Amino acid sequence: MSKLPTPEELISISYNTPVESWMDTKPEIVPGAVAYPAKQETMEGLHMPNPHTWNPFEEDWNLPENWEEIIYNGLKERLEKYRSFKLFMDICVRCGACADKCHYYIGSGDPKNMPVLRAELLRSVYRKDFTTAGKILGKLAGARKLDKEVIKEWFYYFYQCTECRRCSLFCPYGIDTAEVTMMARELLHELGLGLHWIMDPVSNCNRTGNHLGITPHAFKEIVEFLCDDIEEITGVRINPPFNEPGHEVLFITPSGDAFADPGIYTFMGYLMLFEEIGLDYTLSTYASEGGNFGLFTSAKVMKKLNAKMYAEAERLGSKWILGGECGHMWRVINQYMSTMNGPTPACMETPVSPITGTVFHNAAETKMVHITEFTADLIKHDKLRLDPSRNDHLTVTFHDSCNPARAMGLLEEPREVLKAVCNNFYEMPENTIREQTFCCGAGSGLNTDEIMEIRMRGALPRGNALRYVQEKHGVDTLACICAIDRATLPPLADYWAPGVSVYGTHELVANALVMKGEKKRTLDIRQNDLPGMEDE
Amino acid sequence: MIISLLAVTALGVIAWLGAQSGFQILFGAWLPYTALAVFLIGFAWRIMDWARRPVPFRIPTTGGQQKSLPWIKPAPLDNPSDSKGVVIRMLLEVLLFRSLFRNTEVTIENGNRVVYWSSKFLWLFALAFHYCFLVIFIRHFRFFLEPVPFVISALEILDGIMQIGVPRLFMTDALVVLAVLYLLGRRLFNQKVRYISLANDYFPLLLILGLVGSGIMMRYFTKVDVASVKAFVMSLVTLQPNTEILANIGPMFFVHLFFLSVLLMYFPFSKLMHMGGVFMSPTRNLPNDSRAKLHVNPWNPAKEYRTYEEYEDEFRDAMYEAGLPVVKLPEDAEE
Repeated sequence: MSKLPTPEELISISYNTPVESWMDTKPEIVPGAVAYPAKQETMEGLHMPNPHTWNPFEEDWNLPENWEEIIYNGLKERLEKYRSFKLFMDICVRCGACADKCHYYIGSGDPKNMPVLRAELLRSVYRKDFTTAGKILGKLAGARKLDKEVIKEWFYYFYQCTECRRCSLFCPYGIDTAEVTMMARELLHELGLGLHWIMDPVSNCNRTGNHLGITPHAFKEIVEFLCDDIEEITGVRINPPFNEPGHEVLFITPSGDAFADPGIYTFMGYLMLFEEIGLDYTLSTYASEGGNFGLFTSAKVMKKLNAKMYAEAERLGSKWILGGECGHMWRVINQYMSTMNGPTPACMETPVSPITGTVFHNAAETKMVHITEFTADLIKHDKLRLDPSRNDHLTVTFHDSCNPARAMGLLEEPREVLKAVCNNFYEMPENTIREQTFCCGAGSGLNTDEIMEIRMRGALPRGNALRYVQEKHGVDTLACICAIDRATLPPLADYWAPGVSVYGTHELVANALVMKGEKKRTLDIRQNDLPGMEDE
Repeated sequence: MIISLLAVTALGVIAWLGAQSGFQILFGAWLPYTALAVFLIGFAWRIMDWARRPVPFRIPTTGGQQKSLPWIKPAPLDNPSDSKGVVIRMLLEVLLFRSLFRNTEVTIENGNRVVYWSSKFLWLFALAFHYCFLVIFIRHFRFFLEPVPFVISALEILDGIMQIGVPRLFMTDALVVLAVLYLLGRRLFNQKVRYISLANDYFPLLLILGLVGSGIMMRYFTKVDVASVKAFVMSLVTLQPNTEILANIGPMFFVHLFFLSVLLMYFPFSKLMHMGGVFMSPTRNLPNDSRAKLHVNPWNPAKEYRTYEEYEDEFRDAMYEAGLPVVKLPEDAEE
């Protein structure tokens, strides 16, 4: 582990460009600069191509013998399969509009973190092999020969992109670096190069149904513990069903919510909400993961991990699926799921809220509803008894996750929920929220501790906006709708805006939710005293 | 930059000399014909080359609220849910450069505050450049059509409405030079943009500068016999190039025509194809509706995943023990 600089040191960023051309500079791959590599047996277990043992800090990465051919064929295949990829390789005019839209560029000043240049790392190789001008003019046309240094550079920079798509919002042609990064990571995986922090969760998800490798009996145990806590706080006993056929709704949330603080409080919020409205639902230990690290691996792996959701809905005869708070999970559901794994099983129907009768036409095909859509609808129809004063000890702001914002457009629903359950709500500055929101600095499988400095650099724009509302309005609560955020925002807040805690939206719902038969609430969901509500 | 400058200068000199040394028919007729053919065929080929590749997933970049619950106001322009919204989104993108209008610039103030400034000059000059170029292009049809349609004459009147000088100054002529100079200056003096710029970013700008520059020279300074130009162009249009007339037209005309020919030939093989490509960008030209409608990926691979049965086989005993439902009882289960 390299030593983390202080925030004051880190923010003194120079945006000056090097003297030499970007083709002549090379990244320094030292501990702290890249995440740990995936283990050979993990890659073998997943039948990934060319699994091997390698160390990024050594000179030789033990690439397969015919690595150049693998890259050439891999590029060729993807250019044929994805119009987006081919087009994005061809039409960039290098206007630079995307340059300072990237959180990693803002936080590092490294010109190769400009989305345009990140794409050029791959584009230059594409030009050399696939364009006439590049073949003839070479460097003059911005083409360069593929060598092992280029592969290292790809590994370095395509794992400093969180596929957040902020650049694509500002690009006059909508060029999406996420798409380019996905292709580059697929190519790296073809050579057997992956991250431990991504491939291990993928492997776990495949085997145990969730990223964290929680076995079915452990999953049940964890949820029952949470129910004990709920009983402690509210006096209401909840016994959620597991793997039970014949329920209307299958509920799937990211496993992070069942694993660690503060995600578990969000999970408690879901359970309390379902209990209160009498939702006919089941949990599943087999489909116990909403998130999908396959999105950060390859289209093939993404499909493989996502397929369980419909398979389980079919096995259990669920009519529709309710999905928990998770960012990239919802990118997959909104933009890939039905295309990859649809059409849906025959037992499934267009989702209808059993409480309000609202038909979710926008989910007619995928048959999957976002929990904040569901809850916003309940609140609108006045189906919940809420006491927002139970959140009065908190001053709240909301972090839009990249994917729900820019690959879905889920902006108002969580805000409607939050404003109904909190009296003190303030937005961060407009250039940092909604469709212009900034990444937590560690999306797309980069939330690993060995690259903490990179994470904190990427977290600068979000951290700085948070700091701003902390100073201006006394914000001490950062609400979000994402399990990765719940893992990545606490270190971000501790570093950039100490004193702010991270909450899932449904934890705040749970605080405010007045349940039938509850005892007088003196504790919040974290079992901290509620000010002014202590036992007399 | 230097290489592009040299290349464009060389092209100008070639045309100038060529016109002086008896290659009029080559520079006046064969090259433009070839260039037009290369442009048309090349452009069409590039478009077809993109079009033949599938769009496996609907991946629009959503820049606003989705259409979901009836009382939540959606943002149909930034997050279209149907093709009508997409058409409007694309029109705004193509005609007004809407995404570029969002542009901001980041600075770090007082060493501790990240600030986002509005940054609209790129949008302004890019838009000015494209529209001026379009107007100039349309104005040129005065040379290709007989009689000259009213629309073109009206456009000329509008364009020269400031009534400056004789011949009247066209606003677009001045503006297009200004805009190209801004775009060029940005590449040279904005450190970030300079760092990412390649020779093929400078070359088209300089080429266009040469093109409009030679045009302006002819109209305002060196003067050419416009009647002869018109007669010659009409002879080109009717596919009977009249090289006799060329004797009355100065070399600047050849420079102008040659720059145009080079631009046309360069176009399909360069980044200038963004003109066609922008219409095909999957992050802009698709509705955000794959949760509501089935979208088919033509190369969708077969499903491969670990089934529930395989999962239960591995964990059956522990599941049974924990009281989880199992499809098959463990071997040592008590009936």
